[in-house]
Amino acid sequence: MPEKYHIKTQPVPPRRPRIGKHGVVDWREDCARCHNCVKKACVYDRYRQEADYIQHLSEVAALFFDCMGCFSCVQDCTKGILCLSINPEYEKLGNRYWKPDIIKTTWLQAETAKIPVSGAGYRGPFSGLGFDSMWTDMSEIVRPTRDGIHGREYISTSVDIGRKPSYLSLNGNKSIAGLPPLVSIPMPLIIDLSSPAHTLPKLDAVIEQTAASTGLIAIMDSSYRPADEAHLENIAFYLCPDSAPVPDAMLRKTRLVEIADSPAVAKRIKEIKKIHPQIVIAIRVELTAAGIGRAIELAGLGDVEVIHVVADANGNELTAQKPRFLKEMIRQIHTTLIEKGIRDEITLMAGGGIALPEHMAKAIICGADLITINLPLLVALECHLCDSCQPGTPCPAKLEKINRAFAVGRMTNLIAAWHDQLIELMGAMGMREARRLRGDVGRAMFFENLEEETFGKLFGAKK
Amino acid sequence: MNTLPENTLKTRVPQEVVKRVVKPAPSRYRNEIAKYIVHRSLACKRCGKCVEVCEFGVHDRKPGFKYFAEPHHHLCIGPSCEKSGHYCVAQCPNGALQIRENPMYRALGDFRWTADLILATWKMAETGAVPAAAYDYDYECGKSGGGFDKLRFKFPKTPPVKLTEDQIDTSISLNKRNDGRPEIKIDLPWYGGGMSFGSVSNVTQLSKARAAVAFNTFTCTGEGGYMERMRPYDDHMITQVATGLFGVREETIQRVPIVEFKYAQGAKPGLGGHLLGDKNTPAVARMREAVLGISLFSPFPFHSVYSIEDHMKHIDWIKHVNRRALISTKVSTPTDVDMVAVGSYSAGTHIVHLDGGYGGTGAAPDIAKKNIAMPIEYAIGKVHNFLTDEGVRDKVTLIASGGIRSAYDIAKAIALGADGVVIGTAELVALGCVRCSRCESGRGCPRGIATTDPELAAKMDLDWGSQRLINLYTAWRKTLVGILQRLGLRSVAELRGRTDLLMHLDYKNDVPAKK
Repeated sequence: MPEKYHIKTQPVPPRRPRIGKHGVVDWREDCARCHNCVKKACVYDRYRQEADYIQHLSEVAALFFDCMGCFSCVQDCTKGILCLSINPEYEKLGNRYWKPDIIKTTWLQAETAKIPVSGAGYRGPFSGLGFDSMWTDMSEIVRPTRDGIHGREYISTSVDIGRKPSYLSLNGNKSIAGLPPLVSIPMPLIIDLSSPAHTLPKLDAVIEQTAASTGLIAIMDSSYRPADEAHLENIAFYLCPDSAPVPDAMLRKTRLVEIADSPAVAKRIKEIKKIHPQIVIAIRVELTAAGIGRAIELAGLGDVEVIHVVADANGNELTAQKPRFLKEMIRQIHTTLIEKGIRDEITLMAGGGIALPEHMAKAIICGADLITINLPLLVALECHLCDSCQPGTPCPAKLEKINRAFAVGRMTNLIAAWHDQLIELMGAMGMREARRLRGDVGRAMFFENLEEETFGKLFGAKK
Repeated sequence: MNTLPENTLKTRVPQEVVKRVVKPAPSRYRNEIAKYIVHRSLACKRCGKCVEVCEFGVHDRKPGFKYFAEPHHHLCIGPSCEKSGHYCVAQCPNGALQIRENPMYRALGDFRWTADLILATWKMAETGAVPAAAYDYDYECGKSGGGFDKLRFKFPKTPPVKLTEDQIDTSISLNKRNDGRPEIKIDLPWYGGGMSFGSVSNVTQLSKARAAVAFNTFTCTGEGGYMERMRPYDDHMITQVATGLFGVREETIQRVPIVEFKYAQGAKPGLGGHLLGDKNTPAVARMREAVLGISLFSPFPFHSVYSIEDHMKHIDWIKHVNRRALISTKVSTPTDVDMVAVGSYSAGTHIVHLDGGYGGTGAAPDIAKKNIAMPIEYAIGKVHNFLTDEGVRDKVTLIASGGIRSAYDIAKAIALGADGVVIGTAELVALGCVRCSRCESGRGCPRGIATTDPELAAKMDLDWGSQRLINLYTAWRKTLVGILQRLGLRSVAELRGRTDLLMHLDYKNDVPAKK
């Protein structure tokens, strides 16, 4: 059995004060100085911590927002003068897709590397848009089940990147001939190019180190030169027509490369293969209105091994008036390739809008072999996703002052937490192989289908 | 219980009697959270007009006092009072009063348990009555935007049959197999869900047990073992055999009328139970025969059950150990939940208990709560119809849980096809839970409900806790009886599977009813 994939982690506390959901306690006049709130009601001792925090405050910018929202002090106050409300700073985090809850959970995972566990049941909407309109399945009694992270069974999250022949040909009954190159990574996740809208900090060196420490691959600009040449196998250069060339000797030490889509893509593949025959080449296809068609077309070309489809940061189709979501676009590409009988030959990577670990599992169930992310890693560094990354504009997370060990630790922790959560989902599904999760929609339930099967039959058409 | 087989129940103790009596059980906190707040300005001349006009007792001046006490904000019905002619704001001769929505109200609750639902549940637990219409609490639904929250009853303008409250039967039978085991009937179509000692305090468990006795229904030990203090309630206990087998002994199995196999839990389907280290106190460790302070993760699944045949072997084991016990099988809601249910029936279970994906928990990974397994609203109909098609629907009791928050949810679950439901979170809310989701770690619940820390657990008194639950059960029963009255149904059994009485707000509701 191969060695179990394990990411080494250690807690990396935040540099900045936490921004909790409940953080503002309004203290009206008339306090009786009974100290019930400080000494008795708050079991988390937040009042004393806040006093201590304020005493040692080096700047005024950040208040203490670590209230746990239990209302005990409010309800126990002798004079009834305390009032708890939702922290406006918390509500300002992220945007409509990257909701404050997503930012908060990402921060927590980047700090602890642990799976977030909480009490009480689910608190959110019944279902939602995008990935929130599907549930993963689980196994029970009538199907085999698997231990999750706490069990002894080995659940493999490895995936292969490259072209896989639909049948094997034997060389004179002696050996298997003509196998295309294949890259295996221990988890179905690749670190994508930095988001062009969030480029204030230069994170390339941090990402290089994170990819190396997790055994994953990061797609980097072709002008980047790694500090350690041994990390080249964790780097996939992105080559587009106007990018800086990568020296051949350096390219030969990498395993994967990504090229921009163009009419001359076949020619470009041949050129690269001539330099490094064992390299796997991914083609980046932007998911515009023509993106799905183009991805399918490329898959039909014999030389293409990997297609990397990319939606916008919120998982939406680019430049479309009524954009489709990544989930639907992956499903369409996947099912079309199945119909054409070439699905198993192509590796499909999908990015854009992958914000949570369940999105990784769900995108794979919908038909991607693996996913690519960039923003979650930025959020791991305490980014607020305030979308004001402009030179001269102050960054609320002070990313420009980031420490390298802190950044690598936080990104590594986040990836480790995602990995554990993928295992938990797969364990619940009774899956032992991430490879077999791909396109297995039988292990998922879709809102539209369940609604139709349950309520459509009873109540007729939807309004 | 006089006809028990000889080889069971070796150590029986006298059973407690708890009366089904409603008594006021006001909040154990000094300040109740209110929907509206009343502001008295310095313009107040202390004339006392407000005390005179307010019908709800918001304004209070103790006899002999010159100044008013802090207004009882939680009793105020808000600006809608204006129509009543008793509006203090309008009546104040000095214009010193203002009423506005409490900004704190927004910080309470969530999509599933809205602030209205929490406050209404508190009111019911305090008074034993349905909150007055004047309070305008929307406690029929949450704001999750789907499932129960989009279903409504199609109440006729006048009931087809006029029924008094006494003519309506809310009991359900738990043994439909006719297999010689006891015919257990409970007076309400619900019983209390499994909450282990470890996840909740002794007082919480005992309060649940006492309410169960009062209403001739059941509560469940959860998987953390069977406390000796629960013995006087044996006749109303379900004990759980879950994958961790914590504290499970032949003797504990022999104590009870129902034994529940917990295969999965809705909040973390496919994952074992979680008890984080800090809550594993000396008492919990002793009960679970575990090492103090380490996190306890139950395995998933039962490694002795990989098929229905294995499940049957499990059931045979329990049936042999306790000859009078009914068997409940608690499962979650995978795609093939219908196959699981019919398989459980064929293995010999009396109760199939479905726990939907949005169910409660003392600790679960957030990823599991939201993403794994289907919500209960889909599973009930799927299983009910499948069991009906297989011709065994009337031989097994179908119990649903996982997001049942009110008497309306109960009625909807039954109309979708369940015989009854299991409740959990609602009981905790009645005991003062604000759903802050901090049950899992540290010293546990800051409100003293889901904790094993002796200091925190002491925040709640057993008599108060029992009374709150008795009051809640009373109010829910009243609501349920009211629903049945309006529908002209004589029993909850008649409501089962009556999807023709439901409508869905997102659909055209134009499918003709089956005759």
